[in-house]
Amino acid sequence: MMDKLKKFSIWIALLALLMLLPQLFDSILAISILNQMTIAIVFALSYNMLLGQGGMLSFGHAVYFGLGGFMAVHALIMIEFETMYFSVVLIPLIGGLFGLLAALFIGTFSTHKAGTVFAMISLGIGELIAASSLIFVSFFGGEGGISGARDFGPLFFGMDFGPSIEVYYLAASWVFIAIIFMYLFTQTPAGRMANAVRDNPERAEFIGYSARRVRFISFCASGLFAGIAGGLYALNYEIVTEESLNAATSGRVLLMAYIGGLGYFIGPIIGAVVLTLMNSLLSNYSELWMLYLGIMFVLTVMFLPRGFAGFIMMHQLAWVRGRLKNLLLPYAITGIPAVIFILSCIAIVEMSYIEEEVLHYLGLPLNPSSIVTWLLTITIASVSFYAVRKSLTQLRTAWNHANSIEDGEES
Amino acid sequence: MLEVFIFATLNGLVMGLLLFMMASGLTLIFSMMGVLNFAHASFYMLGAYFAYSISLRTGFWMGLLIAPVIVGILGALIERYGLRRVHQSGHVAELVFTFGLAFLIEESVQFFWGRDTKPYRQPEALSDPLFTLFGQDFPEYRAFMIFISIAIFIALYRVLTRSRVGIIIQAAITHPKTVSNLGHNVPLIFMGVFGVGTALAGLAGVIAGPILTTFPGMAVVMGSIVFVIVVIGGLGSLTGAFIASLLIGLLQSYAIASDVGMPDLLNLLGLEFDQGHPLKDLWTLTLPQIAPILPFLLLVLVLIFRPTGLMGKREE
Repeated sequence: MMDKLKKFSIWIALLALLMLLPQLFDSILAISILNQMTIAIVFALSYNMLLGQGGMLSFGHAVYFGLGGFMAVHALIMIEFETMYFSVVLIPLIGGLFGLLAALFIGTFSTHKAGTVFAMISLGIGELIAASSLIFVSFFGGEGGISGARDFGPLFFGMDFGPSIEVYYLAASWVFIAIIFMYLFTQTPAGRMANAVRDNPERAEFIGYSARRVRFISFCASGLFAGIAGGLYALNYEIVTEESLNAATSGRVLLMAYIGGLGYFIGPIIGAVVLTLMNSLLSNYSELWMLYLGIMFVLTVMFLPRGFAGFIMMHQLAWVRGRLKNLLLPYAITGIPAVIFILSCIAIVEMSYIEEEVLHYLGLPLNPSSIVTWLLTITIASVSFYAVRKSLTQLRTAWNHANSIEDGEES
Repeated sequence: MLEVFIFATLNGLVMGLLLFMMASGLTLIFSMMGVLNFAHASFYMLGAYFAYSISLRTGFWMGLLIAPVIVGILGALIERYGLRRVHQSGHVAELVFTFGLAFLIEESVQFFWGRDTKPYRQPEALSDPLFTLFGQDFPEYRAFMIFISIAIFIALYRVLTRSRVGIIIQAAITHPKTVSNLGHNVPLIFMGVFGVGTALAGLAGVIAGPILTTFPGMAVVMGSIVFVIVVIGGLGSLTGAFIASLLIGLLQSYAIASDVGMPDLLNLLGLEFDQGHPLKDLWTLTLPQIAPILPFLLLVLVLIFRPTGLMGKREE
C-alpha cells in the first residue's frame, strides 16, 4: 500500500507542479516560456527514446516534429473552414499520428542497423525533407510556412484557447499524458528489449528477438511523441515553417537530451528546461548566448558524459550513506572560485565584443576601453583559475572518501 | 547545347575536386579512429576565414600557405585535448562531440569575424579568363583550383602508398596494436592524421572561399555534402571518396545547368494536369529545382541498397 502510494506520489507531484507553475509565474513572458518548455520536454523525451533507450543516434529527428506540426496546422485550417468538426484539444494527437505515419514509413528501411549507418540515413532524410519542404509549396507553404488559428471549432468546457494561459493548461495536460506513456513504455517488454538491443544487439538476437523489429518499435513510438510535440508547437505558435523540420531543430533536440543526460528518464526533461530557460532569458542579456551554449555543450560532452542527470546520480552512493554533507564544504571551496572564473571569462568575452562605451555586467559598469579594467578582469580570472586547480585535489580526496566502501562502516 | 555541357562538366570537375579535398581528410580520419568528424566542414570554414584575415595583410599567397597550417595545428590540438578524452565514453559521445564542435566553431567564427559576408577575393594574377569558348569565359582561378586539387591528390596518394610514414599509417589503420608493439607512437600518428586531414579541409576552404563566398553558413552548406560523399564512396575508402566526389560534383552541376523537368516528362507521355491539381508542385518540378537534394536522395538510396557504399568493405 505504502509502496503504491510512493509510486503514484511522483506523478501526483508532477501534475501539481504542472498546474501550479502558471500561478507562481504569471507574467506573459513566463507563460510563453512555460509553453516552450512543454513542447521541448515532449520533444526531448521522444528523442531520448531513440538515443538514450534505443541507442539510435539521429540527426534528423525534427522531421517527425515538423511533419506533425505541419499536419496539425492543416487540421487547424480544416477546423477553421469547417471541413472537419472536432475540438482543438485533439490537435496534438493528429500531429502525433502523422509523426507515427512518417516513422512507420521511414523506419522500414532506416532501422536495419544502428550506429553510423542509422545516423547517416537520418541525416540524409532530414536534409531531404527539409529541402523538399521548400519545393512543395502547397503543403509546406515555402519560406513563409503555413499558419492557422486555434480559436475555432467547438468550445472545450467553455475554453476557446485564445489566451496563451489556456493553451498552457492544454499543453500541460498533454505533457503529463505523454510523460506517463513514455515512462510506461520504458517498463514494457518492448522498452526493456530496446535497452538490450542498444547494449548488445547480437545477444538480443540470440535470445530470439529481431534487433531490427525492436528498433522499429522504439523508432515508431519516438516518431509518435515527436509528432505530438510538433502538434503542441503548432497550437502554441499557430504557424509552422521550414525551420521546425530542418537540421537546426534536429541539432537542438540532440543538445537538450545530451546536456540533460541520456539514459536517465529525467535527463531530457532537465535538458529541455535548462535550454529553454537559457534560450529565452539569456538571449535578453547577451547576443552571444549561442556561443556560451556551444561551449557548455562541448564541455558537457567532455567532462560530464552522462549529462546533468548523470552528475546528480553520481551522488547517489554518498546520499545513501549519508555522507553528502561531507562533500558540501569541498564543493563550496572549489565551486566558488569556479563560478568567479566563469563569470570573469564571460566578462572578458563580452568586453571584447560590445561596441558601447560601458558594459553593465552584474551591476558593475565595466569600461572596455580602459586597460585597468582589462588587467583587473584577467587577474581575477587567473587567480580564481589557480584556486580551482589548487582545490581540485582536496575535492577529489573528499569525493573518494565519501564513496569509499571501507573505513569502519558496516556494509 | 554543347557549350552548356562543356561548362557544366568543367564546373562539376572544380566542385568535385574541391569536395574530394575535404572528403579525403574526412575518410582518412574515419578509417583511423572510426569516428565521422562532423566538424570537418567547420575546419574548411576556418581555413577560408584565416586566409581572409592573412590576405588582408600579406596578400592571397601567404594565406594559401599559412592558413592550412594554422587549421591543421588547431585540429591536432582538438584531437589531443578534446577527442582523445571523449574517446573513452564511446562512439556516440565522439560523434556528439564533433557535432558540438561544429556548432561551437560556427558561433566562434561569428564572434571573431561577425555575421556578414567577408570580401575575400581571388588574387589579381588569376582574375583573367583562361580561355573563351562559345563566347563564355573560363576563369583562370578555376583552373588553378583544379590544379591544386589534383596536385594534392597525387601527393596524398604518393605519401600514403610510397613513403615510410604512409606505410606506418596504413598499418595503424588496420592493426593499431601491432604497430604500437613495434614501437611506433600510435596516438601521435592519430593526432598527425587528424591534423593533416583538417589542414586539407582548411586548404579547401582557402581556395574555395573566394568563389563560394566566405560567410558563417559556409560550413553548413558544405558539411552535409561532404558527409554524403564519404558515405556513398564507402567509409574509409579513398578511391571511393574520389569517385563519389566527382559523381556528386558533376551530378549537381548537370542538374543545375539542365532545363528539363516533370512537365517535359509529362509531355513525352502525353499526360496533362490542370493547375488546380493538389499535387501540382510535383508536376511542375524541374531538375535545377531538385539539384540541392540529389546528393541526399543518392545517400538514402545507397544506404538502403548498399550500406557499405560504393567501395566500402563488408562490415564485420
